Parts: sequence; C-alpha cells; structure tokens
Amino acid sequence: MSSCRKRCKRELLKFAQYLFRFITGTLNADSVEDELELSAARHRPEALEQLEAQTRFSRKELQILYRGFKNECPSGVVNEDTFKEIYSQFFPQGDASTYAHFLFDAFDTDHNGSVSFEDFVMGLSILLRGTVQEKLNWAFNLYDINKDGYVTKEEMLDIIKSIYDMMGKCTYPTLKEETPRQHVEIFFQKMDKNRDGVVTIDEFIDCCQNDENIMKSMQLFENVI
Amino acid sequence: MAAGVATWLPFARAAAVGWLPLAKKTMPKPPVDKKSRNDEILFVNVSGLRFQTWKNTLDRYPDTLLGSSEKEFFYNEDTQEYFFDRDPEMFRHILNFYRTGKLHYPRQECIQAFDEELAFYGIVPDIIGDCCMEEYRDRKKENQERLAEDTEAENATDTPLPPHSTSRERLWRAFENPHTSTMALVFYYVTGFFIAVSVIANVVETVPCRPPKGSKKDLPCGEKYTLAFFCMDTACVLIFTFEYLMRLFAAPSRCKFMRSVMSVIDVVAIMPYYIGLVMPENEDVSGAFVTLRVFRVFRIFKFSRHSQGLRILGYTLKSCASELGFLLFSLTMAIIIFATVMFYAEKGTKGTNFTSIPASFWYTIVTMTTLGYGDMVPNTIAGKIFGSICSLSGVLVIALPVPVIVSNFSRIYHQNQRADKMRAQQKVRLARIRLAKKGTTNAFLQYKEEGGFQGRGSDNALCLKNRSSFEHQHHHLLHCLEKTTNHEFTDELTFSEMCMTESVGYRTSRSTSISSQQGVATSCCPRRAKRRAIRLANSTVSVSRGSVQELDTLQVHKTSAGPQSRSSLNARTEDLKLNCEDRDFTAAIISIPTPPANTPDESLPPSPAIPGILRNSRPTSFTHETVKISSL
Repeated sequence: MSSCRKRCKRELLKFAQYLFRFITGTLNADSVEDELELSAARHRPEALEQLEAQTRFSRKELQILYRGFKNECPSGVVNEDTFKEIYSQFFPQGDASTYAHFLFDAFDTDHNGSVSFEDFVMGLSILLRGTVQEKLNWAFNLYDINKDGYVTKEEMLDIIKSIYDMMGKCTYPTLKEETPRQHVEIFFQKMDKNRDGVVTIDEFIDCCQNDENIMKSMQLFENVI
Repeated sequence: MAAGVATWLPFARAAAVGWLPLAKKTMPKPPVDKKSRNDEILFVNVSGLRFQTWKNTLDRYPDTLLGSSEKEFFYNEDTQEYFFDRDPEMFRHILNFYRTGKLHYPRQECIQAFDEELAFYGIVPDIIGDCCMEEYRDRKKENQERLAEDTEAENATDTPLPPHSTSRERLWRAFENPHTSTMALVFYYVTGFFIAVSVIANVVETVPCRPPKGSKKDLPCGEKYTLAFFCMDTACVLIFTFEYLMRLFAAPSRCKFMRSVMSVIDVVAIMPYYIGLVMPENEDVSGAFVTLRVFRVFRIFKFSRHSQGLRILGYTLKSCASELGFLLFSLTMAIIIFATVMFYAEKGTKGTNFTSIPASFWYTIVTMTTLGYGDMVPNTIAGKIFGSICSLSGVLVIALPVPVIVSNFSRIYHQNQRADKMRAQQKVRLARIRLAKKGTTNAFLQYKEEGGFQGRGSDNALCLKNRSSFEHQHHHLLHCLEKTTNHEFTDELTFSEMCMTESVGYRTSRSTSISSQQGVATSCCPRRAKRRAIRLANSTVSVSRGSVQELDTLQVHKTSAGPQSRSSLNARTEDLKLNCEDRDFTAAIISIPTPPANTPDESLPPSPAIPGILRNSRPTSFTHETVKISSL
C-alpha cells in the first residue's frame, strides 16, 4: 500500500514539473532528476555478520549466495518481471508467471515491490533451515494472497490454478477444467475442520502436523544449498 | 539453459515447499549430491597467463568445454591447474562470458581467429550480445564475401546447369541471365534494339514532316508515312508479344510472374496495339484510342531489364516513398493555404486571372517552385505582399525536405538492412530458445523413462549418463511438480495423439453435433479442433466395411499388448511394434464412423485401448521408432 502511495506522489510531482516546464518553455532539463532516481535503485545489503545472525546460513554459504545473487542482479534487488523470467526458465512447458507472482509476494516481506538480498536470504533460511512450524507458516503465507490470516476457497483456487498452469498443456492425463476445483475441494475437506469456508493458520498447521506424508516431505529440501 | 539459472535453482527448489501441503501424491526423493558444497577457486593457465575464477562461475554453462567435465582432460596435476595452449588474449573474452553472461566481440581481433577460439571452447557464436552482434555479423559477412570473391575469381565461368534440366528451365535461365548462351545474348540484344526502334518511332511519328504536294498544312510524319510506321509498330509488337509469351511459358511460377512489375510493363506496352486493331474506325472511340497510344511510351520502361541503374533508381524511389509522400503533403498544404489567400486578395480586381481557388493553385505552384511563368500576376498590394511571402516560403518548403529526404533515405536504407538482420536474428534466437525448452523437456522425459527417479544407486549408474547435478536437481523439481498435481509431462507428439483419440472416444459415445464436438475438442486442442470440425462437416457419416475393420484391428492391438500397468509399458518398449504405414491421423478419424447412437457400448472399448497403445509411442519415439496408426 505504501509503495503505491509513494509511486502516486512521484508521478504527480513529475507531471507538475512537466507542466511547469511546458509553460516556461525550457527544453530538456529532466536528466538530473532521472539520474537521481536511478541511483536510488541500487541497494547494498546489510553486513555479513548481521545476516549471519538473522539467518541460519553459515558465513561461507552466505558468501556463495550473495555472489550468485549479485551476478544476476547487479543493482542488488530483483523486481517482479525479472523474478518471473527467472522462475519461468525452470518450467519450459507451462506458464509459471502467475505462481511466480505469488512467490514474489511471499518473498517480498516488506511489500516494496522488489526483493532485496535480505528478503531473499531470509526466505531461503526459513525454507531450507527452518523448523517445520516455520515452513508451514511460510506456506500458509504464500497461500494467503491478501495476507489477512485466512485462506479462502478463491485464494486457494488461484494458487492451485497457477500451479497447474506451470504444467502446461502437454500433460498426461490431459488437464480438464474442473481439475483445479476438485483439488481445492480435496484440500478444504482435509484442512477446514470447522467447515466455515476458510482455513486459518492454526487449522492448517494442525492438519499438516497430523498428516504423515506432509511431515515426511518437509525434510526433502534440506540440503539444497 | 540461460545464464545464471544455475544460481537460482536452489531458490526454485526451496520455493517448492509451497507445493508440499497441496500434493496429491508423495514427493520423490531428492537426488544425492555427493560433492562438497564449498566453492573453490580454479586456476586456469592459458599459455602462461594465469587466470583465476570460482568454480561456480565456470559451472554456469555446463555445455561448454570449461563448464563440463571436458576440462579435466586439460588438468595438470603437477601444477594443480588447467593448462590450455591457446591465445591468452582471446581467453580473456571467453572468461568474461562466463562471468557476465554476455559474449563480446573484440573489434581488433580477426574474425576467423575468434571463431576458432569459440569453436574450441564449445561456445556458440549466437550468444554474442546485441552490442557486438552487428559488428560481428558484418565482419563475418565481409570475410565470407572476400573469400568467396577469391574463389569466384579462380573459376570465372558461371555455374553449369544441373544436368537434367528441362528445356523450360533452360529457357527461363536464358531469359534471366543472357550471358549464359549466345542465343540468349542475341535475343537480348535484338529485343533491346527493337525497344529502341519502337520508342524512336513513337517520337518521330509526331514530328512535322514536309507536307505532301498540294496542301499547305504541315503534317506529322506519322500521318504522312502511315503504312511505314504501321509496319514498324507491328514488327515491334510481334517481337514483344513473342518475348512475353516465351517468358510466360518458361516462368517457374506463372502467377508470380504475371504479378511482377516487368510483366505488367510488358502487357501495358503491347495492349494498345491490339486494342487498336480490334477497335472500329469510329469517331467517338478514336479519342479514347488516342489516349491509349500514350501507353506505348511505357515501352521505354522495358529498358530496365537491360539496365541495372534503372532498377536501382526504381528501388530507391520505392523505399523513399514515405519521405516523398511527406514532401508532397506539405507542399499541398502550403499550396492550398496560399491559393486561398491569393484568391481572396485578388478577388476585387477586374479582369483578374484568379477566377477561383483551383485557378490560383497554378499561380501558387509556379511561384513556390520559383518558376515564375508570369501568366498570372497579382495586381493588388495585398496580393503582391502575399505573393512574395509565397515565393519565399516556396524556397523553404522545397529546399528543406530535400536534404532530409536524402539523409533519410540513406538512414532508412541502412536501418532496413539492420531491421532485416535483427528480425532474422530474433527468429534464430526464438528458435534456439524453443529448442532449448524442448531439449529440457525431452531430457526430463528421458530421465523419467530411464527410471532415474526410482532412486536406484550404483546399478543404474550406466543408464544415467553424465548428467550434471544441476540436471538431477532440476528433474527432481519437475518431478515434484508432477506429484503435486498428479499429472505427468508429455511431449507434443504424444499429447496431440491423445487429443485426437480422446475426441474420437467422445465422438463415438455421443451422437454427433458439430458444436458439441467443437466444444470438447477446443478444450484440449484448439489448434486441431478447427481442422477437425471442418473435416467432420464434410465427411459422410456412413459405416463402411473397411472402417469397422479398422476398429477391429485397433482392438486386436490392444489384446496383443495384454493387460499392462504403466510402468511395465515403460519397460517393454522393444516388444511392442505396431505395423504402420503412413501417418494420416485425421484420415483415421474421418474413416472411423459414428455408429448409430444406440450402440455406445461397443464403441467405448476402443477408446481406453488407444491411450494404452499410445502410451507406448512416447518411449518408442525416444528409441527412434515412430509409431503410427494405420489409416484406411
């Protein structure tokens, strides 16, 4: 929300400047402001010690992660389009952009429209080295699109549709229209204990902890880094 | 895969935690990564110049020499470094490619040396970044042309005709390249001569000759020596007609030939004569006939076949058309404005020439182009003032666009060349990306088929060839996605086959209505649905003997395969060989008819059988045996 307001203010300012320049007839005097704007987009992460304290990665691992990150994004932040592009490369058959959008929202914890190295590394720390509770928390946060603490059927449907989109067209068996909806029904039947149409974080965590398959699979991605 | 993707794979895999609560099936085991995770600095010695880089940097491009295990061949144990006996200056650029992901072309290097280095290190030149791509291409083309010129100078003769060309092809070739045979050359010069004769005759026949005896008036030569001119005209037109018909006959594509500019000119050049022949000697139509004779002057354009320069001029004008259009438009605007002003300024004067605004157009044009005939002059003071403004602005309006046009032309010409090159480059790039995507998918499907995901250890080591750990992890990720959604990835071929059979199954189980057919088909294969719908509309729905036979053979195939689970289908790929002739799938659909709606039962069995059979086609396509359904 705050990023939206900031952007609005910036646009209004630019328009006022343009009007002024139009009336007074000055030529191109806007390069200075643009350059200032550009330099603000460069981002320097916090110190290595601080990140080491905040995440569960070792120093060496943080170094490797940062070198890779900085090589890909020299400005220090990833914006949503780059994020979508990167994520789409892993799923050549389908369209990963919708799911990438949800992922981006999940990683961008301060909701400023870009993922900095801290966001990136904190997210990875939870996903790879966190407790089961933290991981489930993160997953719930991913499903809760509007971040209000409840996962409704519509939100779940969006998420599941985006996952099915990643599969693409050429699947066996062929994807039918009602497959995502059925999947949502199955999920809600399992998770929504009090049948109120929404899943809260406690219901979610309780259910997952009772499900053996889910608990086993949480250990899957431990040694990714 | 593109640059730096390897860096993001851990992130993509971590994000897969989001799928875990939703998964329909249990997730597969992750691949075991035996290597240590620590990054290390590698030493690369290129002819004495030592480079150091992280191992991860080189691992970014696993299909090049430095990124794959191929570099182990160059490892020197004594000095603990990789030694390459190549150009150290060039290696700097190669290494920068790994570091930044963009390959730059060093302008001071020889293009061929650069190409050789790229080939040695296994880097495809298409990856050169946009900043250097144009330079690279230009230099490469120049180099190729230079080499081609040398070889061409060695064998100065033209390429000989392919041995078994028909007379038609030979004729066409003779027309297009006159210097290939003496006959063609003779014909070329003869036609050129006759074009000249015809044009000169057209000109001369209007010159006034001395009048014949007994008349005062000067007569144009055409009317004095009518017969002579008529004979000459006839001869020329005969030659032109003959040439045109010969070209039409010899053209490889007649439609295209008839639409080309030169053939249109030919037709326009000879039509007036024939129209004149058939037209009666009538006073009313002879006026129109006279205007037709004007078109005879178009014969001069036939010279463009003989002159390269004319062709270039024509092309220049065509490519510069928008600029000329702009000039014309601005002139028109100025003319209209000034004509209006002059008309109203001179309106009061008695006996003025400026009778209307269109009449003032003539004055404006003559003044603006600084011709100044003097047949129309303003008399009033206001008229003179505006007239002088008009002539001044005329100089500006005409003088200004001309250099702009000239420079525009040169810029647009080069830009066009560049745009064409870029478009071709873009196409190549997209094709490469598509190929890479398909390659990834195929690699994944092959990985599945070879049982890679079953987590067997050393006994499967031979089957899982030297696949990098990156690929292992990527395939694991895709496999997790499959398990989450309980659907599997297939390739396009299998998918399109399944689409067709699914729609067949639907078709035989309901009574046909094209709209419902379309509804089903569009949901899975929108591209093929239209074609199929059209074909269905055209096909006659009748049960023929042969088609029932077809159904039976399909049934037979099912029973020969036996009851199978999917995994065993995967294993027994060689056992199942369906005899197939040609692959006309759509024909198969047409010929399998709709049985009447009261027998849905017997039509249902084929459809589940077909997916079972088709399931085999995926693995067999990898062992390069194409599986086809026999068509009627």
